[in-house]
Amino acid sequence: MSDLRDLYQEVILDHNRRPRNFYAIPDASQTAEGYNPLCGDRLTLYMKVSGDVITDLSFEGAGCAISKASASMMTDALKGRTIAEANALFDRFHRMVTTPPEQAVEDMGKLSSLAGVREFPVRVKCASLAWHTLKAAMAKQPRVSTE
Amino acid sequence: MITTGLDIQRVRADFPILQRTVAGKPLVYLDNAATTQKPRAVIDAISSYYTGINANVHRGVHELSQRATDAYEGARERVRAYFNAASTREIIFTRNATEGINLVAWSFAKPRLAPGDEVVISAMEHHSNIVPWQLACEATGAVLKVAPINDRGELILDEFERLLTPRTRIASITHMSNALGTVTPVAEIVRIAHARNVPVLIDASQAAYHMVVDVQALDCDFCVATGHKLYGPTGIGVLYGKEAHLAAMPPFLGGGDMIASVTFERSTWNVLPYKFEAGTPHIAGAIGLHAALDYIEAVGREAIAAHERDLLEYGTRVLQNIDGVRLIGTAREKASILSFVLEGVHPHDIGTIVDREGIAIRTGHHCAQPVMDRFKIPATARASLAMYNTREELDALGRAIQKVREVFA
Repeated sequence: MSDLRDLYQEVILDHNRRPRNFYAIPDASQTAEGYNPLCGDRLTLYMKVSGDVITDLSFEGAGCAISKASASMMTDALKGRTIAEANALFDRFHRMVTTPPEQAVEDMGKLSSLAGVREFPVRVKCASLAWHTLKAAMAKQPRVSTE
Repeated sequence: MITTGLDIQRVRADFPILQRTVAGKPLVYLDNAATTQKPRAVIDAISSYYTGINANVHRGVHELSQRATDAYEGARERVRAYFNAASTREIIFTRNATEGINLVAWSFAKPRLAPGDEVVISAMEHHSNIVPWQLACEATGAVLKVAPINDRGELILDEFERLLTPRTRIASITHMSNALGTVTPVAEIVRIAHARNVPVLIDASQAAYHMVVDVQALDCDFCVATGHKLYGPTGIGVLYGKEAHLAAMPPFLGGGDMIASVTFERSTWNVLPYKFEAGTPHIAGAIGLHAALDYIEAVGREAIAAHERDLLEYGTRVLQNIDGVRLIGTAREKASILSFVLEGVHPHDIGTIVDREGIAIRTGHHCAQPVMDRFKIPATARASLAMYNTREELDALGRAIQKVREVFA
């Protein structure tokens, strides 16, 4: 059960139960859809940008606890940040979830709770879906698939 | 313990993989609708072929080639008997059921399809019985029609009948839904379609390991099945076709073994069934499938069906007694599949947590996305049963789902 608790940490379960920024932004400057055809996880990311600052960031969709919590924490972490900061955080997050489980990873605060997916290779995509969708939204690509 | 005429401990001992553990717990394998495990007899048959008689078939005059050919053709006869086809000329070995459907779509249906013609399938088909028809329709300008299902997941026969028109060239319908467990009234479907001169393909991929599929009694025009769901190896499948159809159809794939003669000007085709078996076939696969069908018959098809019926009823009760569980697929005629959702928990999370208890289930759309759309859910968790499963394993599934609820409480 210990490895399960690593995956389903309280902070993840909390964000799954009460996802933050879970709404549509009707006048979003950018939106993108993320889809994981393997499990059917689907999310729409809404982004409002002023200058180079992300003034609002939200999502809607259906997915597993990991993908929902990841989207919820990501939107929390990036609201009010610049596009450059968002790109940098994407890189750090990507490095964290793709580092082999036996190796140490940097502390990313709340986002570190998602490092547990490394023990469950098929779940890495669940944690990454929102982030790849973010990349697509920033690049103004309407759609991204994890396959 | 109930008596179903099946010696469960003996059966379980025949499947080597069932002795292993997963995550430190005894393996509980409930993903049989994806693929079944293999009995020792199948593994041994494949091994003896490679260690004793490996050679190519239908070619050499030497001893080994003759022995390999006898074994391969012996497998064809075994398959014929299993499905009660009239002749081995009607049994084509394919890679899987998907290839069988593609063969019929391209060699039988496509030459008959003109713009505006129609192909009828049902709303609970596996992607393998949707996409080949979409491709054939795209290539010809024909139209794909979909017979609807009701909230229990049953085919609505009246609606199916209404879809059959003078322009319908073929109907292709599953015998048993892999996502819902629904068993369709195939004999009735064939009768209705034939009354309108519509030929019928039956997808027996799921049905073939749970119940008797007698192609002559059903009077279907084509029937497909796959070896790896019949306790046999992967990479070997079966297409049954009525001889008159197969004889009139052009080849699907060209190459060695399927020809009578080849010149650069013109080639002529081999006789049935070889016309449809281009290239070196999966000889070991056919031999493994032979052993698998022998094994099924030795355990007893009646006994297996009775045992699985008991498990389905028992498993249904186990799941219904868990708060928040909703079964998807509650057809009155149903076999061996328990598809369900759990309130507030995505199926993917269920799958990961029960896996840590050593329990293998499938989570996702089960290659049947339109079924998920019909029930307005993104995915289900699916426990699917085979002859070696037990009530105790379903109890273990029940306890694991309780654990899921605790994690997500």
